[in-house]
Amino acid sequence: MDTPLIEFKNVTKRFGEQTVLERVNLQIYEGQTTTIIGLSGSGKSVLLKHIIGLLEPDEGTILFRGKPLTEMKKSEIATSLSQISYMFQGNALFDSLTVYDNIALPLRETTNLKKAEIDRMVMARIEQTELAEAAHRYPSELSGGMQKRAALARALITDPRIVLFDEPTTGQDPVRKNAILSMIAQYQRKFKFTAIMVSHEIPDVYFISNRILALYDKTIVFQGTPEELGNFDHPFNNEVISSLEGLQKELTGLYSKRQFKILNHVQLERRRHFKNVNHVQLERRKSGESYCVVVFTLSNMDAIISSLGHDAAQEVIHSLGLYIDKHFGAIGGFSTRRKSNEFVTMLPFSDLVEAENILNAFVKDFQEQGIRDIWAETQKQAPSVKCVDFTIRAGIAQGQPIAEIDAVIDSAESQQKEIGRLRCAVEE
Amino acid sequence: MAHDTNIRKSPENEPKCRPGMFLAQPFTFIGEAVIGWINGLGTATVFLFMALLKTFRPKQLSKVVRQIYYIGARSTPIIMLVSLFTGMVLGLQSYHALVQFGAQGAVGSLVSLSLIMELGPVLTAIMITARAGSAITAEIGIQRISEQIDALHTMRINPLQYLVSPKIIAAIISFPLLTAVFDLIGIFGGYVSGVVLLGLNGGVYLHSIQTYVVLSDITNGFIKAIVFAVIVATVCCYQGYFAHMRKDSHGAQAVGLATTSAVVLSCVLILVSDYVVTSLLI
Repeated sequence: MDTPLIEFKNVTKRFGEQTVLERVNLQIYEGQTTTIIGLSGSGKSVLLKHIIGLLEPDEGTILFRGKPLTEMKKSEIATSLSQISYMFQGNALFDSLTVYDNIALPLRETTNLKKAEIDRMVMARIEQTELAEAAHRYPSELSGGMQKRAALARALITDPRIVLFDEPTTGQDPVRKNAILSMIAQYQRKFKFTAIMVSHEIPDVYFISNRILALYDKTIVFQGTPEELGNFDHPFNNEVISSLEGLQKELTGLYSKRQFKILNHVQLERRRHFKNVNHVQLERRKSGESYCVVVFTLSNMDAIISSLGHDAAQEVIHSLGLYIDKHFGAIGGFSTRRKSNEFVTMLPFSDLVEAENILNAFVKDFQEQGIRDIWAETQKQAPSVKCVDFTIRAGIAQGQPIAEIDAVIDSAESQQKEIGRLRCAVEE
Repeated sequence: MAHDTNIRKSPENEPKCRPGMFLAQPFTFIGEAVIGWINGLGTATVFLFMALLKTFRPKQLSKVVRQIYYIGARSTPIIMLVSLFTGMVLGLQSYHALVQFGAQGAVGSLVSLSLIMELGPVLTAIMITARAGSAITAEIGIQRISEQIDALHTMRINPLQYLVSPKIIAAIISFPLLTAVFDLIGIFGGYVSGVVLLGLNGGVYLHSIQTYVVLSDITNGFIKAIVFAVIVATVCCYQGYFAHMRKDSHGAQAVGLATTSAVVLSCVLILVSDYVVTSLLI
């Protein structure tokens, strides 16, 4: 693998008698979104502050592009740190400056750009972060979400190569939380910076993260992809992930991927148990040994975000999730959000024919009413938007108890076709 | 025996109250307080030095002008009000004292010398401490606890250059100007009470000022004003800047206590330094 952009080697930090980080080892790679997860007070923010140089380790080494910071000249450290931007948990906006002035501050103070050039750059960021109407208001006059966006705009104004996000979604409602995460993901793709984020928002952060670092008991106990974290056998998974996942249903009302798999496993185990105790019924339900999976995708998310904004785009996902859950939950199905714009529904007692009938009924209902309901909810977030185009696709696949659920989901995904389209608020 | 020795050496088994402890306690307390005070003085001096080093950097002028407006221009009305009544009281008191000796002609010189050499710089400094100094501490303290100062660090903006240096320079410029305003309005107040209200001859009042006030009196007054400016600005900025490191409180309470400390300490240091500077200048 490449040389890590940032590497911690046996970093220990104490505040007086209290040890906050103990022999922390981690690697962060360039161009990725890395999320540090852990319980409150576990030292996530302290870890982040070491990266930007606000804190120094008591023991251990921090390496930047393979070179220890302690061996760098002052000018080298300054150059390295100048590539990093930081978005604070509490935003840290200057409350005596307007949003415009807050965003312009780093440019005014650290560059020799002309006023017109600064104005052009600031207004561009203000437009991108949907803050045009708030540009000349003070932070205290803004909502929490707008303050977050202002802080994000300020963090991005100098085009940093690395952006640190300290719990960027704290205090936001579920739709805004996901809107902020979606915004971070979109900007990360657009500006190609390395994003390092501290968050509690499990599983929502999984959708935008390439790598997860798990901080537990003062040290990093896991580094890997969100998928690998699912198979990580450690008390962290039971104590931290489970407790944080309790909140996951906020946005969509759906199960997390982990809970979805557990539920699937439980259903299969029940069926095996049923097989052992009642052979007669087993024979009768032999055809029911299979299950079906439906994968729904909201296509072209970036276009939806650019037309509706992040908040309203999340409202579309929120409403779609609720609609799917309402429909399939009533007949014993259970669903999860698999990607930021993708849902998976499990129909545990249906074969392919039955599942197709259920899906057809859903499609009919969705085209007649569902898509209008989703648009009506979305318009509450973006009342000025009159015209938007979005497409919903669905695919279905049948699985056997012995089959890997992920393979069945991939199969369903590959068979997706359009089931609904909204254009300029008129169903086609 | 070895076991017994270990028990005796263990700190938790040492007697809680030894006879000498009661005697040592006041000295320990005084010693710690003095060391803490000297440490604070040293840190504040370094803080001032670092802030002054950042004075002559690009883009500082507009910040200094803005601070002159906040510290100087916006303090002018209260300074004028206080100086008017200070001058009037001085005129009134000195007239009634001097008239007993038939020396009421010296009211003008007494009022003007008192104001120019002593009351002008001291009361101006105290008034600015109360009005602007407390605001400076609260502002910087809030910026500290809400991580705005950390945010400056992350944006590669030196907080001393951005926040502290302009305030100290603005104070050094504003204090002598406001002292001059105080002196003039105070002398006018003495004229109002002595001449207009008590019937003293106006010409005599002004003539005695012209006769007894010399340039060095005015210069000394301004030197004091500059010394007070450095003290007040440094103390107020320092208290706010390190509000988060207070041991007696945290958060908003720390900012409140830092503001109180800044005002009290500034006033005490104004009076102490007034004596020191006066003794050096006389």
